[in-house]
Amino acid sequence: MMRSKFSPLAALMLIAIVGINFAEASTEAAAQCRGLDVKHQQVNNDIGNTASLQRGARNFMSYCVTCHSLKYNRYSRIAKDLGIPDAELDKFLVLPNVKKTDYVTAPLSASDGEAWFGKAPPDLSLIARSRGPDYVYQYLTSFYADAGSVTGVNNLVLPGTAMPHVLSSLQGVPDALRCNLAAGQPGATIVISELVPGVVGQLDSEQYIGFVRDTVNFLDYAGEPTKALRTSLGVWVILFLLVFTGFAYLLKQEYWRDVK
Amino acid sequence: MTMANENKDNPTIEKKGFNAWLNKRLPIDEFVNSQLIGYFAPKNFNFWYFFGALALLVFVIQILSGIFLTMNYKPGELTAFDSVEYIMREIEWGWLIRYMHSTGASFFFIVIYMHMFRALMYGSYRGPRELLWIIGMLLYLGLMAEAFMGYVLPWGNMSYWGAQVIVNLFGTIPVIGGGLVEWIRGDYGIADATLNRFFALHVIAVPFALAFLILLHIVALRQTGSNNPDGIEIKANLNNRGNPLDGIPFHPYYTVKDLFGVGIFLLFFCGVIFFVPTFGGLFLEKPNFEPANPLSTPEHIAPVWYFTPFYAMLRAVPDQQMGALLMTLAIVAFFFLPWLDRSPVKSMRYKGWISRTFLGFFVVSFIALGYFGMMPADGLYVILARIFTTLYFAYFILMPWYTRVEKTKPLPERVSYDA
Repeated sequence: MMRSKFSPLAALMLIAIVGINFAEASTEAAAQCRGLDVKHQQVNNDIGNTASLQRGARNFMSYCVTCHSLKYNRYSRIAKDLGIPDAELDKFLVLPNVKKTDYVTAPLSASDGEAWFGKAPPDLSLIARSRGPDYVYQYLTSFYADAGSVTGVNNLVLPGTAMPHVLSSLQGVPDALRCNLAAGQPGATIVISELVPGVVGQLDSEQYIGFVRDTVNFLDYAGEPTKALRTSLGVWVILFLLVFTGFAYLLKQEYWRDVK
Repeated sequence: MTMANENKDNPTIEKKGFNAWLNKRLPIDEFVNSQLIGYFAPKNFNFWYFFGALALLVFVIQILSGIFLTMNYKPGELTAFDSVEYIMREIEWGWLIRYMHSTGASFFFIVIYMHMFRALMYGSYRGPRELLWIIGMLLYLGLMAEAFMGYVLPWGNMSYWGAQVIVNLFGTIPVIGGGLVEWIRGDYGIADATLNRFFALHVIAVPFALAFLILLHIVALRQTGSNNPDGIEIKANLNNRGNPLDGIPFHPYYTVKDLFGVGIFLLFFCGVIFFVPTFGGLFLEKPNFEPANPLSTPEHIAPVWYFTPFYAMLRAVPDQQMGALLMTLAIVAFFFLPWLDRSPVKSMRYKGWISRTFLGFFVVSFIALGYFGMMPADGLYVILARIFTTLYFAYFILMPWYTRVEKTKPLPERVSYDA
């Protein structure tokens, strides 16, 4: 057998060498190389901020709707909920023959989308519910230049994404800095440690974050248009129930006085 | 205030007008007198005794909200998901009705689990209430079926894959399994036919069965009388009118007390509906906001929280057939409780420390398994799930032993009650 050819001493030495190497490498790696983790970033959007929602709607209609529909949302309902005046709403109607009461559809057909991008761009009316607003925020803020990809970009939270960086005119295209997690060891584990400004866009980093936050806020609204009503109404429901329960308690005490 | 049972002394109060006309034809007063005022419940009910009435309340909430959902829900694999979103967005108050129903499903299980824990704690399953307990367990089974089929109806991706996993469990039954699964689905996979029959069962068949079982449950309760935290029979001490000395008329005493309980319940219920309807993905799971997609399996499939203790047991066993069997036994075991418990006393108040320890382990196991059932089935979780599954079954299997060997406290003559 192979194993019996090793002397115990040689095995021990091997362990010692690997062990020392590993210890050195890991302290070195810990000091120098750490994979970038964006999955804990939070968008902290505020669905009660109407101005933000209006900006988000405008962003969506300018940059997203050519490919992504909101098939459960009507233009007129969005305008009503977000307090968008009629004149402003007209600018949203990008397709010919679209009425204000229509659902928000995308000019790009599913078959074209599949032919051009390899995957039809998904409807986004429930994206903030199925993935969460934080996910959408992380996705839109973690594009980076990748010469190996068809679109020239890649994404940290959805590697190999079919979507080009549509917002690159605003954000620019960040470059990814990479490092070797397993430095000093045989083989290499290359990870992305940081995204740094590369090609410059129209917005600075803070403005871009604000742009994405507004857009995600709008998608959060689109996922559940009654969310703001729900929470504001809820306060009154709870207040009523507190009063009701208080009286119910007094009534119970009154009836139970004679139970000994 | 006078004790309401004095009505019994002069039951033939002269009735006049419409009231007399009505009661000659429909015995409303007689029913109220015999079933509500004339039903004597122990006066020492505590917190845990709210949950029976609350379960009835949730049942009514589910039926009522369900009726309004049915008006706009469209079963069918092409229409179901869209119709739910239509309810959420375009039907007046549709979102509220839908959240009432989805939150009601989870609260039904919270209430029922509390109700069952009460029975375990105070020995309410013991004679003469064995049949009451068994009817209750049948209600629990019915509720599980109802909840499972209801979860499939929105036709989200978790609906689809959850149904796939759970229906496939029937396939582990030897010989008939394969045919049975096909018969349940009505197709070779979870499909339109499955969705439509689940809709029929969810809105007609199972609710009817539940209503009938609830009626039986209440009739059986009226026959034996309620147990109480002391686990002694109040019928043992009667006054000269033949009423229990420690009993008080259900109405008005427990109706007003339950009204208070309803207020507290609704505070929690509405708190969830209005502020956290998805409850962080526990009551409404994130993948279920994507339409059913047979080509895309969710990252990890987990049933809704109320099934996860059993799901954890299923995954704790390497062999799926044995896992399914174990899971079934975990529920069947409850039916045998009245005969497994050999203690001379019913209530934990008078049982010994071994019984208390085993019940404690059982509750911890149930909650822990519920947690593990939601997590991916990785190494450590599986090992812990096995340990807690063992503890879960130890509660039942060792019960005939530990309830007999332990030292119990002497029972009081009368119930303990502090006014």
